[in-house]
Amino acid sequence: MSEVLLAAEGMTRRFGGLTANHNVNLSLERGVLHALLGPNGAGKSTCINMLSGDLPPSEGTIRFKGEDITGLGSHQRSKIGIGRSYQRTNIFPKFSVLENCRLAAQSRNPRPWRLFADALRLADTVERARAAIAEAGLAGREERIAGTLSHGEQRQLEIAMVLATDAQVLLLDEPLAGMGSDESAQMVTLLNRLKATRAILLVEHDMDAVFAVADRITVMVNGQVLESGTPQQIRNSPDVQQAYLGHEAEHE
Amino acid sequence: MNSRVSTIFKLAVLAAVLAFPVFGSGFYTEMLAKVLILAIFAMSLDLLVGFTGLVSFGHAAYFGVAAYAVALVTPKYDPASLWLALPVSVAAAALVAFVIGLFVLRTKGIYFIMVTLAFAQMAYYVFHDTPLGGGSDGIYLNFKPDAAIAGWAPFDLNEPLHLYYFVAGAMLFVYGLLKLVLRSPFGRVLVGIRSNEHRMLSLGYATFRYKLAAFTLAGALAGLAGFLYAVLFGFVTPEYLSWHKSGDVLLMVILGGMGNLAGAIAGAVALVGLQELFTGMTKHWQLLMGVTIVAAVLFMPGGMTATPARIMARINGGKTNE
Amino acid sequence: MDFVSFLIQVLNSLQYGLLLFLVASGLTLVFGIMGIINLAHGSFYMIGAYLAFALTSMTGNLMLSIALGVPLAFAFGALLEWLLFSHLYKRDHLEQVLLTYGLILIFEELRSLAVGDDVHGVAIPAIFSASIPLSDNLSYPVYRLVISVVCLALAGGLYYLIQRTRLGMMIRAGSHDRDMVKALGIDINVLYRTVFALGVALAALAGMLAAPISSVYPGMGSSVLIISFVIVVIGGVGSVWGALVAALLIGFADTFGKVLLPDLAGLMVYLVMAVVLLWRPEGIFRKG
Repeated sequence: MSEVLLAAEGMTRRFGGLTANHNVNLSLERGVLHALLGPNGAGKSTCINMLSGDLPPSEGTIRFKGEDITGLGSHQRSKIGIGRSYQRTNIFPKFSVLENCRLAAQSRNPRPWRLFADALRLADTVERARAAIAEAGLAGREERIAGTLSHGEQRQLEIAMVLATDAQVLLLDEPLAGMGSDESAQMVTLLNRLKATRAILLVEHDMDAVFAVADRITVMVNGQVLESGTPQQIRNSPDVQQAYLGHEAEHE
Repeated sequence: MNSRVSTIFKLAVLAAVLAFPVFGSGFYTEMLAKVLILAIFAMSLDLLVGFTGLVSFGHAAYFGVAAYAVALVTPKYDPASLWLALPVSVAAAALVAFVIGLFVLRTKGIYFIMVTLAFAQMAYYVFHDTPLGGGSDGIYLNFKPDAAIAGWAPFDLNEPLHLYYFVAGAMLFVYGLLKLVLRSPFGRVLVGIRSNEHRMLSLGYATFRYKLAAFTLAGALAGLAGFLYAVLFGFVTPEYLSWHKSGDVLLMVILGGMGNLAGAIAGAVALVGLQELFTGMTKHWQLLMGVTIVAAVLFMPGGMTATPARIMARINGGKTNE
Repeated sequence: MDFVSFLIQVLNSLQYGLLLFLVASGLTLVFGIMGIINLAHGSFYMIGAYLAFALTSMTGNLMLSIALGVPLAFAFGALLEWLLFSHLYKRDHLEQVLLTYGLILIFEELRSLAVGDDVHGVAIPAIFSASIPLSDNLSYPVYRLVISVVCLALAGGLYYLIQRTRLGMMIRAGSHDRDMVKALGIDINVLYRTVFALGVALAALAGMLAAPISSVYPGMGSSVLIISFVIVVIGGVGSVWGALVAALLIGFADTFGKVLLPDLAGLMVYLVMAVVLLWRPEGIFRKG
């Protein structure tokens, strides 16, 4: 069995009377791309927000390499190697692509006391940023202003920023959303490459992409885990077919 | 303006500032010294408003605390040593900013504006209501600080020219310091916080600490301005901490264009210029000032620079991703 | 402190707190519903007080002046919203701060041009000019009780307005979610204008009621404005009931602060604010 990096045990989140996540168990292993599927409102965003520290769980425990990190905020989780991308593109639109990633890379070695150093000349940070840009397939766009990139490129930049933080766990919230088929194919290739050395949680709507790339799939409905298993198991699960595909049909 | 023209322009302004006392009268030299001090004040606030996205409406507090500090450390019948009074004043302002920052930086957006104002008002009442600094009458600084080191005096602040160049030097120092800080890793994080604090957090930055450091540094530099102001005019009143002063310095930053140090300096020039112009016209000059401000906001949609939109985006969009 | 003095201070605290509530409720509503930070709100209090002074010198009767002044203030508020504030909704807070800061300067100078910078007194209406004896040498002025009663009645009226009427339904919807108001098909311009004018009228009324006890003086608007900010911050932006609780808290803190710790009187309310902020950075009754 491979190394479990991030695990949620009995994770629950309530908003007033509404239970958005109920007793969710999930574990992410290095080398495994774990997809989280579910209709709109199933609690996928709440789940990823709790894993990334954007939202504290009402109950339950979150562990990183066995250590309880439930109480850590998002910046502390980023520090230990949990990175996330956002569903709605969440970049620094007025900065260049390089500066977006440079800021991300700088967080690994922030040196805030070096008040008289030129941040752009701290070689380790800039190199890390350039490497992340290249890995995410944005080489050559370094000087472009992030807000002027195409939608697909902005999604790639989201990933590049996470990579620049050297994250071991990638929590990716719908990285394929709104992408054309070419761009999607590129992103799938990228994800396949990335998972070799990292643990990835992929929240995604696009079923074809999920079945093409995922090693493991967890299906959520109404804030609860309905089924978790290999793509084959999920495809053949009567529960999933009934509950999830039924819901999906309503949406379409 | 391309960068070479901009550099030449800045050097020309610098030359004019340095040459001014040689040609200008004493009155205008003092006024220019006042402008230079207010430019320091405005640059210190711009670090918060323009570069970090923190709209502080209580920045006069740190200016005033340092001004009182120099008055209080000066003995009644002797001058204080400059090398004691200056660091003590700046440190006092920094300390007050640090403590207030611990409270106000827990809030965001409109709360931040109101809470910074309220804390500044609290500082105002400390000096207004208690006998600490002479109450509402204020306190005189009978002697300007003495620059002598072990009996040797490199300059004498009682000499108007020396004082003027001391002020000009301080302003250049602050300009250079902030330029350096803003290109450092620390400064880059501040600009990132203004653009998208939420993302900075998720990238692993403890943004609160950065904001607190920026708030403290801005307080210290406002303190330097307050120190110089007290030394220049020789008295300190609670009005130095009043919310009108906080409003004025915010005006300077905005008039000049936020997120631009040279703009903050230009804003100080513009505000003092407008005040001089209007006071020369009528006793009710504040009316003209008010109308100018209202007209500026109404008829310059989108603000005097593009930056306010970014602040708005931060206030509205920086809280959650949902 | 013996019981009677204590009672008097309690009554004073209530009266001061309730008066502040009238000012702060408008401020918090205008922010909660329209997202506007209005520094000029204190000026409406000042304008109310000067209106009371001006109208009373003409009519000789404060109550008549109030009856005339409140509709005037309401109309003034509606006009101001139409002319200026309606252009501010889409602007950022910084521009709102600037414009309303400019307005304060304008209002103060116009006041100075119109009535000068002297302090003026306003007579207490004759029927309320008595005092109720509480002990051999201590008594309590009827007029202060009247202020408390009027403010309480207004708070009750506001409660009714917000909880039980159609306008109130819109206000509640608006402070919760601005998009919902549009979805409900409510004319947002009318709602904004009404709420803004209501806020102005309440602040002006507070100024009119306070005029006989505080007298009428330049700068009276700013001190009330900043205290009102503190109240809004403590109560939670947009929460009228938070404002009521916070206003009473400030009323007691200020009044008893002056009695018990006279050296720190001006500081008391800010200390209370600091403590509340440590406890709840978003105020006591912050929604959502």
